[in-house]
Amino acid sequence: MAEEFKRTCLYDSHLALGAQMSPFAGFEMPIQYKGITPEHLAVRKKAGMFDVSHMGEVFVSGPDAEKYVNHIFTNELRGYKPGKILYGMMLYPDGGVVDDLLVYRLFEPGSFLLVINAANIDKDFEWMQKNSEGFDVTLDNASERWGQIAIQGPEAENIMTGILGLDGAADLGFYEYEESEWNSNRMIVSRTGYTGEDGFELYATPEDTVSLWNRLLEAGVEPCGLGCRDTLRFEAGLPLYGDELSANITPIEAGLGTFCKLDKEEFIGKEALTVQKNSGTLKKLVGIEIADRAIPRHGYSVELEDGTVVGEVTTGYHSISLDKSICFALVATQYSALGTPLWIRIRKKTFPGIVVKKRFYQTNYKK
Amino acid sequence: MNKIIEGLKYSETHEWVRVEGNVAVIGVTDFAQKEMGDITYIDCPEVDDELEKGEEFGALESVKASSDLFCPVSGVVIEVNNAVVDSPELVNSDAFANWIIKIEMSNPSELESLMDASAYKALTEK
Repeated sequence: MAEEFKRTCLYDSHLALGAQMSPFAGFEMPIQYKGITPEHLAVRKKAGMFDVSHMGEVFVSGPDAEKYVNHIFTNELRGYKPGKILYGMMLYPDGGVVDDLLVYRLFEPGSFLLVINAANIDKDFEWMQKNSEGFDVTLDNASERWGQIAIQGPEAENIMTGILGLDGAADLGFYEYEESEWNSNRMIVSRTGYTGEDGFELYATPEDTVSLWNRLLEAGVEPCGLGCRDTLRFEAGLPLYGDELSANITPIEAGLGTFCKLDKEEFIGKEALTVQKNSGTLKKLVGIEIADRAIPRHGYSVELEDGTVVGEVTTGYHSISLDKSICFALVATQYSALGTPLWIRIRKKTFPGIVVKKRFYQTNYKK
Repeated sequence: MNKIIEGLKYSETHEWVRVEGNVAVIGVTDFAQKEMGDITYIDCPEVDDELEKGEEFGALESVKASSDLFCPVSGVVIEVNNAVVDSPELVNSDAFANWIIKIEMSNPSELESLMDASAYKALTEK
């Protein structure tokens, strides 16, 4: 292999399970075990588990920690108690997205855990360091010291309490976490996920991650690859950095303005977003459903009937849960209203479609 | 093991050709269907479309990926297998029994540039 890919602590297990491995975000990751469709359906109907150890973890502490995180993060931490988790973005001054992330307000006073995308770990950490000037904070990129497993699906709670004996998990609300232990080592357990189903994410040492994974495997929990992680998050209307968010796509354009608190005192990118919010954006992320089994894919053009290009597909699938061909697309704002007819060019043909809501699948989060 | 059938012609892009007089019956190989995984959609040309050897004539789609189909010989499409268009999974169940298009060849000598079963077997085992 010309390029060196990183491996997670569960690499050997993936090979033993016969996973189809593929490079993703600089890691060699399992794309599927049995197949994307059965794994997708397992999560929707029962439960599945994912190795997401490639995700990055950065701990922030120090007297200015809250002020600092609020400076680089679009959502508002103030008023959120320890144990709560918030989703939001880090922005460039022009409103482009450095990354989207989860911020955990830890029980340890003045401490936060920032969970970032694997592909962006180096870039993000550099950004965090650069923008920490003048703040009394300590930044710890702990990404290689933590593994992570996501357990997702309607049976996730039963797995947490029944198989892993983590009874406290049942009391967690959506986007809440608790401190826990596995083999007497620290473990962070949160009711979060990226599938549109109820579920949990467990952060543990690499060794304990292997131990947790094996316990779950022995109990018959279905291992699921990144292939269905993408089809699941897509149906649930959740963005993926690199597709729906990037340095060139702002949260306002992506329809994620609700996670950007413009009434906050300040954060990097606030001015640019305020302008966009007030005067509108040129492009907007929409959902499009087409009346054919052909599949719109990333990069395909979105057109008017006369062939004028008005946008581009960011993610598309023949939805496994809904049996429809649907996509997210970034289109010129004047064509973004629900019900607008748009055409998608798939190879030599164009297929008529219609603008629909981005949340294609009704999510089943625990309130 | 990938199934390979003697007596057929094969392209480097994993299409097979069965010659019936001046007609080329074209499908994709067992190797191709395994690489794709569960096929959910087959994009096909129309009857009477003229195709050049090497021209893209359609695509297979699985959940994750799409893979273009390339015409192994030049000619005119005389039939499209609607059974596989309606049920793409037939290609997964038996790639050789389920042809995709039939072409009236305009230049049958092009067949000579295609591989026989043993050459194709060697290609897939590289």
